[in-house]
Amino acid sequence: MATLMTERKRSALTRGRLPRYTPYVIAAAAIVIAAALMSLIGFNVFGWAVLSAVLFAAGNVISAAVVEGRRKATDKFATSLVVGAFLIALLPLVSVIWTVLVNGVPGLLNPGFLSSSMNGVTGAVDNASVKDGTPVMGGVYHALVGSVLITLWATIISVPVGLLTAIYLVEYSADNKFSKVITFLVDVMTGIPSIVAGLFAAAFFAMILGPGTKTGFVAAVALSVLMIPVVVRSSEEMLKIVPNELREAAYALGVRKWRTIVKVVIPTAISGIASGVTLAIARVIGETAPLLVTAGFASSINMNVFAGWMSSLPTFIYTQIMTPTSPSNADPSTQRAWAAALLLIILVMLLNLGARLVASLFAPKTGR
Amino acid sequence: MSTTKLVPKAGAGQAAKGRIGDKVFSGAALTAGALIVAVLFAVALFLIVQALPTFGAAPADITGGEGFFSYIFPIVIGTLIAATIALLIATPIGVAVALFISHYAPRKLAKGLGYVVDLLAAIPSVVYGAWGASFLASSLKGPYAWLAENAGWIPIFAGPASGTGKTILTAGIVLAVMVLPIIASLTREIFLQAPMLHQEAALALGATRWEMIRMAVLPFARGGIISAVMLGLGRALGETMAVALVLSSGPLIASLIRSGNQTIAAEIALDFPEAFGLRMHELIAAGLVLFFITLLVNMVARWIINRHKEFSGAN
Repeated sequence: MATLMTERKRSALTRGRLPRYTPYVIAAAAIVIAAALMSLIGFNVFGWAVLSAVLFAAGNVISAAVVEGRRKATDKFATSLVVGAFLIALLPLVSVIWTVLVNGVPGLLNPGFLSSSMNGVTGAVDNASVKDGTPVMGGVYHALVGSVLITLWATIISVPVGLLTAIYLVEYSADNKFSKVITFLVDVMTGIPSIVAGLFAAAFFAMILGPGTKTGFVAAVALSVLMIPVVVRSSEEMLKIVPNELREAAYALGVRKWRTIVKVVIPTAISGIASGVTLAIARVIGETAPLLVTAGFASSINMNVFAGWMSSLPTFIYTQIMTPTSPSNADPSTQRAWAAALLLIILVMLLNLGARLVASLFAPKTGR
Repeated sequence: MSTTKLVPKAGAGQAAKGRIGDKVFSGAALTAGALIVAVLFAVALFLIVQALPTFGAAPADITGGEGFFSYIFPIVIGTLIAATIALLIATPIGVAVALFISHYAPRKLAKGLGYVVDLLAAIPSVVYGAWGASFLASSLKGPYAWLAENAGWIPIFAGPASGTGKTILTAGIVLAVMVLPIIASLTREIFLQAPMLHQEAALALGATRWEMIRMAVLPFARGGIISAVMLGLGRALGETMAVALVLSSGPLIASLIRSGNQTIAAEIALDFPEAFGLRMHELIAAGLVLFFITLLVNMVARWIINRHKEFSGAN
């Protein structure tokens, strides 16, 4: 309180304000007190950090309440809550990535993991590798092939449909009733649960080709139900921001509308469209539920999307966890599952990075 | 191809060809748009057709032996419980994260931090499921046991707690993590649109940052927050893998910390691969119910967004 009195005497402007160094003092005190408390109940770094943060927030709010009044204290309380919420939101991200890294790296570095399939890898093989301490057999090659092929076919279906729809909405519809209906339905389609998209594809092909039809192509149809709305939304946004002057200049030169769209509008927007498509691919490559009900499970390599069951990375992870190859020794399966999870995360992150790269690479040249 | 002809006299033919190109192209664009409408109707149609045998079947043949309604009711409630837990956790944190990025974080960091939160959305659901089943479930065993001992008189915390931690509460927490980035990124957009002049006016009148947010940002963003939460709800209702991997399912029970309960999506994912005959139609009927629930939620959310657009002060 003594320092407070001197503050008050010094200037009317700083009256009732905490000095600038207050937060640092409180932070130091909070860390020390938290360390002392933690040493009483058993020390761990995570608990120490949490306790320090809570003490720091409480110290800030209480000191503000005592010196600066209720309004400032409320403000500090809100700030603590908002910052705290952000830190809490980061926890699962860090935890997920850490868990996957720790569990996945040994399996991913296992030679042959990327280049062999699960063909011939049975429970007996896993039991033997646990008993003798030899490296885990089997890998994800078949699943990787399946993932790539299914996603490729989904892209082949979705991109033309999505892009043409976006072109219709932006260039042709002139905001008529039908375009409003499409926009609304695309928004609704974004919210279709992925498992329902899978069921739709399964039901559709069950009626055409007979019940129980499970191929990579059925899965690709299911994924395109999820992918089309994403492609439409992102391409629509990109086409909308193409300046009208470009279109008018082309019309003034006597260029047909469709030539204008193909030669002027799309090349201008191609960077955004390409990055939107890449993000859409990143979204569907991790989808599991629709593949479970449409593509079945396979342990060997299947290059034909039109016949036979197909494995994919997400379903590989799922089956390795839920039904380990060797029920008595689940460890090899768990290791393969985590390694595949790490591979999947790496793929998705690469696609996300690729989207940003594509956006800057194909960006229209603005220099004169 | 027609433009490669440079013979001047061929002008009339060229124009006709160009017209055909125009017609083909606009026709293709229109067809693509119509296809989307058709696909959405097809989704509903095929699900209904494939679900019909369930409604015609004798009640004794349905799983559980008491007809479709008593089969679907517990898992609808289970779905709602999981989604409610997810939203109760994700809504306050998501809105606060959005506020942090739009109004609290330093300007230079804000974009990068937004990207970090979006990374949460990029992680595939099956990885969340694996994480929830192996890491989260086992680290929640202790807290659940404590809850059962000390708060067991509340029905939702009735013991004995699950020995594996694979309960509906764990599944709800995993769902919350997956819904969080959706709510955060949507509300962030809304917060950034809040009229700057109102905010500056509030600050100029001497409001603290929190008072400014309460007076100038939150009222503006109310509609947006509600619709973001509804869209998050749509995602939480339909999310499959997190629940399928994390929850050890069972009949409907009130306690959140015992194994039990089941959601529609997880039920389908777990049973459909081996299902045939009536069981398959039953699961498709369950999918139809899920489809209509999420359709309703999404339509209401979009309706709120569109209504909000007209009143928004942004323009």
